Amino acid sequence: MSASLALPHRARRLRAIPGFGLAFGIALFWLSAIVLVPLLALLLRPFELGLAGLWASLAEPRVAASLRLSFGAALLAAAIAAPLGLLLAWAVVRLRFPGRAVLDAAIDLPFALPTAVAGLAMTALLAPNGWVGGPLGEWFGWRVAFTPAGIVIALVFVALPFTARTVEPVLRDLGRESEEAAATLGATRFQTLRRVVLPALAPAILTGFGLGFARAVGEYGSVIFIAGNMPMVSEIAPLLITIRLEQFDYAGAAAIGLAMLLLAFAVLLALNLAQRALRRGQG
Amino acid sequence: MSVIVEGLVRRFGTTAALDGVSLAVRDGEFVALLGPSGSGKTTLLRVLAGLEPQEEGRVAIAGREMAGVPARERGIGVMFQNYALFRHMNVFDNIAFGLSVLPRGRRPGRAELTARVRELLRLTQIPELERRWPDQLSGGQRQRVALARALAIEPRLLLLDEPFGALDALVRREVRRWLRGLHDRLGITTILVTHDQEEAMELADRVALLESGRIAQFDTPSALLAAPATPFVAGFLGEAARLEGQVAGGVLRFRLPGLPPLAVALPDGPATAFLRPREVVAHPAPEGPLIRLVRATAEGEARLVVELAEDVTLDAVATPHGAVQGEWPRRQAACRLEITGAQVFGAGGARGMAGALRLAEVR
Repeated sequence: MSASLALPHRARRLRAIPGFGLAFGIALFWLSAIVLVPLLALLLRPFELGLAGLWASLAEPRVAASLRLSFGAALLAAAIAAPLGLLLAWAVVRLRFPGRAVLDAAIDLPFALPTAVAGLAMTALLAPNGWVGGPLGEWFGWRVAFTPAGIVIALVFVALPFTARTVEPVLRDLGRESEEAAATLGATRFQTLRRVVLPALAPAILTGFGLGFARAVGEYGSVIFIAGNMPMVSEIAPLLITIRLEQFDYAGAAAIGLAMLLLAFAVLLALNLAQRALRRGQG
Repeated sequence: MSVIVEGLVRRFGTTAALDGVSLAVRDGEFVALLGPSGSGKTTLLRVLAGLEPQEEGRVAIAGREMAGVPARERGIGVMFQNYALFRHMNVFDNIAFGLSVLPRGRRPGRAELTARVRELLRLTQIPELERRWPDQLSGGQRQRVALARALAIEPRLLLLDEPFGALDALVRREVRRWLRGLHDRLGITTILVTHDQEEAMELADRVALLESGRIAQFDTPSALLAAPATPFVAGFLGEAARLEGQVAGGVLRFRLPGLPPLAVALPDGPATAFLRPREVVAHPAPEGPLIRLVRATAEGEARLVVELAEDVTLDAVATPHGAVQGEWPRRQAACRLEITGAQVFGAGGARGMAGALRLAEVR
């Protein structure tokens, strides 16, 4: 306690935001009211089942499969969206072509669209009788809709704006000069990319990956249309939560929520630590 | 390494940033590209470095044609305006970068690389910064790191883009002298871009003055001051004031009152004269133009602003030279102006005839 009370004394330098105490207090209050209190409820609810009941609820094969699918698909989708987003940001920042402003605006569309609409559109496209799904099935024997592959595609769609928009300002800020400097020092394009551009962008790419992952793991609307929702195969955890809610199994739903919360927190914490390691020495 | 530029053209859209630039820099020379912003000096530097394509004309460095040679194969050291240090690398790695990207066969081993970087740190007098990060350095320190990084590839040509822009005046002067000393010691041909004439005049063996994509004059600093080739050169250098007049029978009469006529070897017609403050001397007189401002320079000289007509003023110095003393010169006093010399250009623009003048006896 006394240690935390001593904190304000260190903050005697001139700052734009007034008073460490005031700013910290307001931040903590809103964080508590909006995030921590509801989460606390989520933490407590599942224990109505008792520890054994909670474990039994989560150990159900259907729940374990849905969690594996949700997190696996979200990680994969974020991993696909990160390089794609980097390319998009690159095109918008560096290249000059007709329709650039349109592309720039289009990046944000997944933010604005109700994701259910996107899900319906993608299902129509990728379904076995759709424009894209048809040829894919005929020529390659691939089935995308109603499989985990379809889920990943839907999640890439919702994660992409996050990865593109987090890299974009950093890329703009990086400027051409450091690339030009690398070139005059004799670096090839590949060496410039690997040793100068990517390391400078790495923290932003990682942030974008984290945001994209977080968005994807909780995504519901667009996925349920394309997933097919077969238990054990293409049923995501958020859907399972809804199903339990509809069966008035509130504690059971909260149990899955708790599991998602802990897993997501672990992933985001790991990303944050990795980012800290990347930024060491800079700034 | 000699640099030859002939008829170089580079356009951005419809405007020509370089509009037929020709220039020959001798091996080991220190040349400044001087000009107002937008005159094309940075574009010229970037074309030399291989960062901008040349559209017309040729560039030869050390006798080798440079068209189509990418920047990375030119072996030219470039120091960028904002230094462009790699922020995610510490000082050591920044300087080592040029060596570490060499093809495997020519890349030095770890021990040799460390020795080379340490040597460069000593040369640029920053050995204590080896493990620091760019964000922890002052402007002057960053500049030295950027220079060490550019020198690491052992360039035979060094290009500096406004290298002192980010430094405060005191550091600037000192770094300037140090840089010139370094150039003399290493003998690397150096081309510097600047908009600061004092910097160009102090540092360079020769100065190329650029005006809207063309080289107005390329000469030694003293020759530029003594014999400017065009009205632009005369006006740009040495804070000269521009005055219009009329030549008749070898005598230039100014349009404004209060200025004596000058003898000049120019045909009859309108003419433009450029007067530097030191060439306009004010003497005490019962009547004449009024002194509006008096300022003593650090050297103890009296610099005046004299009002010739409403809203037209001229910089001048006062006689007797020496300290500002008592009654003369003072504000609101009348004076008689003597012109000890001026650069005069006749009609027909570029046809500049510099007239070294004596006071005309005609009245």
